[in-house]
Amino acid sequence: MSENLPEAHGASHGTDVATHGDPFADPGLPAHEPRRTDIDERAAKRAERQVSLLFVVSMLATVGFIASYASIDADKIVYIFPLGHVSALNFALGMTLGVALFCIGAGAVHWARTLMSDHELPAERHPIEADDDVRNDVIEQFKTGAAESAFGRRKMIRNTLIGSMALVPLSGVVLLRDLGPLPEKKLLHTGWVEATANKPIKLVNMNTDQPMKPEDIVQGSLTFAKPEGLEESAEDFQQKIAKDALMLIRIAPEDIKDTKSRDKGFEGILAYSKICTHVGCPISLYEQQTHHALCPCHQSTFDLADGARVIFGPAGHPLPQLKITTDEQGFLVATGDFDEPVGPSYWERPR
Amino acid sequence: MKKLSARRRHPLAAVVVLLLALAATGGLYAAFAPAEKAQADSSAQSLAIDEGKKLFAVGCSSCHGLNGQGTSDGPSLVGVGSAAVDFQVGTGRMPAQQPGAQVPRKKNIYSQAEIDQLAAYVASLGPGPVAPDSKQYQPSDDPVTNAEQVAKGGELFRTNCAQCHNFAGKGGALTNGKYAPSLEGVDAKHIYEAMQTGPQNMPSFPDTTMPEEQKREIVAFVRHTNDEPNQGGLALGSLGPVTEGLFGWIFGLGTLIVIAIWVAAHTTKAKKS
Repeated sequence: MSENLPEAHGASHGTDVATHGDPFADPGLPAHEPRRTDIDERAAKRAERQVSLLFVVSMLATVGFIASYASIDADKIVYIFPLGHVSALNFALGMTLGVALFCIGAGAVHWARTLMSDHELPAERHPIEADDDVRNDVIEQFKTGAAESAFGRRKMIRNTLIGSMALVPLSGVVLLRDLGPLPEKKLLHTGWVEATANKPIKLVNMNTDQPMKPEDIVQGSLTFAKPEGLEESAEDFQQKIAKDALMLIRIAPEDIKDTKSRDKGFEGILAYSKICTHVGCPISLYEQQTHHALCPCHQSTFDLADGARVIFGPAGHPLPQLKITTDEQGFLVATGDFDEPVGPSYWERPR
Repeated sequence: MKKLSARRRHPLAAVVVLLLALAATGGLYAAFAPAEKAQADSSAQSLAIDEGKKLFAVGCSSCHGLNGQGTSDGPSLVGVGSAAVDFQVGTGRMPAQQPGAQVPRKKNIYSQAEIDQLAAYVASLGPGPVAPDSKQYQPSDDPVTNAEQVAKGGELFRTNCAQCHNFAGKGGALTNGKYAPSLEGVDAKHIYEAMQTGPQNMPSFPDTTMPEEQKREIVAFVRHTNDEPNQGGLALGSLGPVTEGLFGWIFGLGTLIVIAIWVAAHTTKAKKS
């Protein structure tokens, strides 16, 4: 037992504080006050009944849960004031299960507060460091051990030990290699790589599945495109569209600030990759008056009128732009791949 | 010549000559007569344009110029078409209450008849998208066709609209204070017109890249998500995992901590009761 306990303090110490004029003296713990349920048997009985009532309510709620699961039609919609039109089944299940769990918790807390033992138990805190004797002893033992191992004298043993310890982690690195294989050239090119000047690939509208002519893309519009031949029913459609997706916009040619970007487009129609160069989210929050495109994931913002320069956010590169032109029938086509890999940076990425 | 002179005395010769003379006179008159004096065109369309011009002068000209040619405060309205007027004025965005990153939706103060007159006037400035009639934007009443439209519209919505307006059409933030407004409770006609004309910073989706039928399907989908009943729980604006996580951490955990402190701080001492 500690001196901090009220018994050890005694009343004398407590009253001495004021008379000796030491305002910072340790007042100790306040005297123990019994709870009403400790001294009044009727109050204890009442608390017992309250706890039991909470547990009974929980039981009833569980029964209600099962009953509503069995009886309420899953499609039934009812009007409940603050929530509006809600599914009757989901509402009943949530309410009954919530009440059942809450009453168990509330009952347990009420039980612990009113009826369980009310002893005050001080837990004293001690300095963490060991005392000087123990510390000196440990240092002594360490020195003796070092001297007896002759670690400083037998240099060959020491050096080979260091060598073996340094090499052991390499086995872990070798095991990590199993996380591979590295992407190699797979991220370097998209589906547009198969386009050549002799065999161009048409840009197909994602909405209509039809190729487009330049006059279809009006200024201020936004159109999404995929390479011709990539069908949504194809097994690897999702993997391919994750690299091939394009957004087409049209800007008055004199408003395009980057001449290289203007040359890649066709009469002001620019075809940018839809994949953000930060972590590869599909971006297309295009503002037609400012020509900014915003990525919803981390707010990287690209100026599409200026070669998709990054003007805000964590993206590391401008959006790659696909060079487009028209074929002899007047449809928009690409004659090659993007100049640089689409999407986020990776180790082998050139530049 | 002999033949002609032989028939000169024919009883009908005078009639023939008279007819020829009349035809020549008429033809010459038609060719040389002064152009017809301009007549007041009293057709319904031109009356609407006149009325619209008056309304325009009062409500719009201070920003868009007396003839809709545009000023430093407002863009030119030549070629924006009647659909844009019907959308901007019909949703209360125009006349704008103050300049800013984005003109918000507010209560519309014009009657539909006045909006039509304004639209007629602006449409007369130059050709542009025409305000749709209800056949173009109203989704089908037939439940089977409607369900089909909703399904197709959902796919189109996720391709073209969800990036800004959120997958449930609840809207979202853009750059520098701009935002994509919620589509909840927006008139079918106004959704259609917005796609047609691309108001403010929204890109347009003209019929060449998104045919009329697809716009109707998108309207059907937005209608459907608006009317969908709550399946229970708090939707938290349907804004996705960020709001839900924030709500869980701040309000969920916060409430639990407050309850834990309350339970520990209030012991039931006899003197308190």
